[in-house]
Amino acid sequence: MALNKLNFMEYIGDMEAIDSDIMDRVLDYTAEYDYQQFTGRDVQSALAKEQLSPDDYAAILSPAAMPYLEEMAQKAKIETRKHFGNSVYMFTPLYIANYCENHCIYCGFNCKNKIRRGKLTLEEVEVEMKAIAATGLKEVLILTGESRLKSGVDYIGEAVNLATEYFSTIGIEIYPLNSEEYAYLRQCGADFVSIYQETYNINKYEQVHLRGPKRIYPYRFHAQERALLGGMRGVAFGCLLGLDDYRKDAYATGLHAFLIQQKYPHAEISFSTPRLRPYINNADNRPHDVRERQLLQVILAYRLFMPYAGITISTRERAVFRDNVIGLAATKISAGVCVGVGGHMTDEKGDEQFDISDSRSVHEVHQMIISRGLQPVYTDYIRV
Amino acid sequence: MIDQLIIGGHAFQSRLILGSGKFSLKIIKAVVENGGAEMVTLALRRANLGGQENILDHVPKGLTLLPNTSGARNAGEAVRIARLAREIGCGDFVKVEVIRDSKYLLPDNYETIKATEILAKEGFIVMPYMYPDLNVARSLVNAGAAAVMPLAAPIGSNKGLCTKDFIQILVDEISLPIIVDAGIGRPSQACEAMEMGVAAIMCNTAIATAGDVALMSKAFKQAIEAGRAAYLAGLGRVINNRAEASSPLTGFLEDDHGIE
Repeated sequence: MALNKLNFMEYIGDMEAIDSDIMDRVLDYTAEYDYQQFTGRDVQSALAKEQLSPDDYAAILSPAAMPYLEEMAQKAKIETRKHFGNSVYMFTPLYIANYCENHCIYCGFNCKNKIRRGKLTLEEVEVEMKAIAATGLKEVLILTGESRLKSGVDYIGEAVNLATEYFSTIGIEIYPLNSEEYAYLRQCGADFVSIYQETYNINKYEQVHLRGPKRIYPYRFHAQERALLGGMRGVAFGCLLGLDDYRKDAYATGLHAFLIQQKYPHAEISFSTPRLRPYINNADNRPHDVRERQLLQVILAYRLFMPYAGITISTRERAVFRDNVIGLAATKISAGVCVGVGGHMTDEKGDEQFDISDSRSVHEVHQMIISRGLQPVYTDYIRV
Repeated sequence: MIDQLIIGGHAFQSRLILGSGKFSLKIIKAVVENGGAEMVTLALRRANLGGQENILDHVPKGLTLLPNTSGARNAGEAVRIARLAREIGCGDFVKVEVIRDSKYLLPDNYETIKATEILAKEGFIVMPYMYPDLNVARSLVNAGAAAVMPLAAPIGSNKGLCTKDFIQILVDEISLPIIVDAGIGRPSQACEAMEMGVAAIMCNTAIATAGDVALMSKAFKQAIEAGRAAYLAGLGRVINNRAEASSPLTGFLEDDHGIE
């Protein structure tokens, strides 16, 4: 599909357009966000508040906040404990396919990459799920590459249906859908939808999404809202930190989530914080902008701005970093992770999307959580 | 006379109800013992039946379980969760919690009344968590609630008795036990609520997030007992220091001049 000649801001085909001003508001606010104008005083004043406004959030994401990282961490820990107590939720991802129709220049799954492609049969999906359930996990995140053709909504729905036999919570991280398709997957048993905008900068977005339906920016942007209209319980937000100016992207991500929560107060909101790893043939990428210190600033800023939101910490990060951010700001951690297609029990049928830095088993992560005086939580939802 | 808390015909000596959602499970036993609690809440959605870290494996035997319907977004979901709790052997008590707000976690009073009515008819001992509103409390009484559980402040906020005056109205007007649930941050606040005539305190975050959890549990026990004793004893009058002498407003009464 050669879609790269299309206007990336206009819907194509059957893409559903919804009535929402959230994208315009996020883009307007983000365009005006000049993080260099904030001072230490702005940061201090934000940290003194009980509830942070979007302007306060802008301040604590600014370079002026870097000397206040420790204060931010102290406050974040209190907020995390207030809202989540000692709980740390555990889950694992299950990649059921990695076919992709998009050409995103930063991604290991992109359609131009010569990698092993594969898709699990439903029998294989069940074998994988059994193996995951045997580790004690009750929450699974089902992932596919972005190909409607190879991994259609019906196939995903059947996988979700199977998952209800083994898991109490089922998340999906797939290509964006129309609201009635989300409603169908909700009916099948899915609870959560994760969609990452990658970058909120529309110019950069156009440059790095060369072809495929993902090129259409607004359709991706409004996915969380369509998921909630389809009846999903919660939605996750994220940008690929380092793909563009990470401060502006993190600001837009937080604001996006904030406005969705205002419009849909029942929705459970969560953040993921993937960082871009260095990749070849693209001199323009900025993976080195976001070191651990910067990543922690973003994670703490999410926590302080939306203290009730979940934060998931990726296996892309090293174990020591993950261990220290749970209980401090992060509330959910993956364990026993395979990022290839299958691999929990069946042989991997497709290559990995990225390399992980933390390959610990469910048991090892469980023990680590306990050793930090925290409580591993396997289930937090009951399907009724 | 023995001072007991009676809920749905069941008598309790302790007036501390322990929440359990924010604890490390291995310390629950010590917290229960130090607090002298006889009733512990249980979020059914957290009960990992047959799995690891199942709260039901950690709650000491002999306690009354108070399963809650957390996670429910409407009356229908709350009712189904309550039925499930009964099926797995959690007893007839249920704390109805219906929340459609992920930011403040404030209860939806309307849906709560509906769920209370259905569950009370099914024989549950229903303890609804609610925003302190007198009309709603009256409706809950009519719906068959066994107690009314107003919030003092948003869950987990530790802000104390933000809704104090409205809780006092419920204490004064509602004949069921009024149990303050959510927002109590320190033992002194629990004590103050008990002095007001509140029947019991439900506490989770303030104990779960303390430096020494078991010791804080004991502190709450003592504060609640002190507050209860003060309420039973009857508080003395408070002298208004700002009262000013002025010309009497009742000097015109004939009686005072000795005229029959």
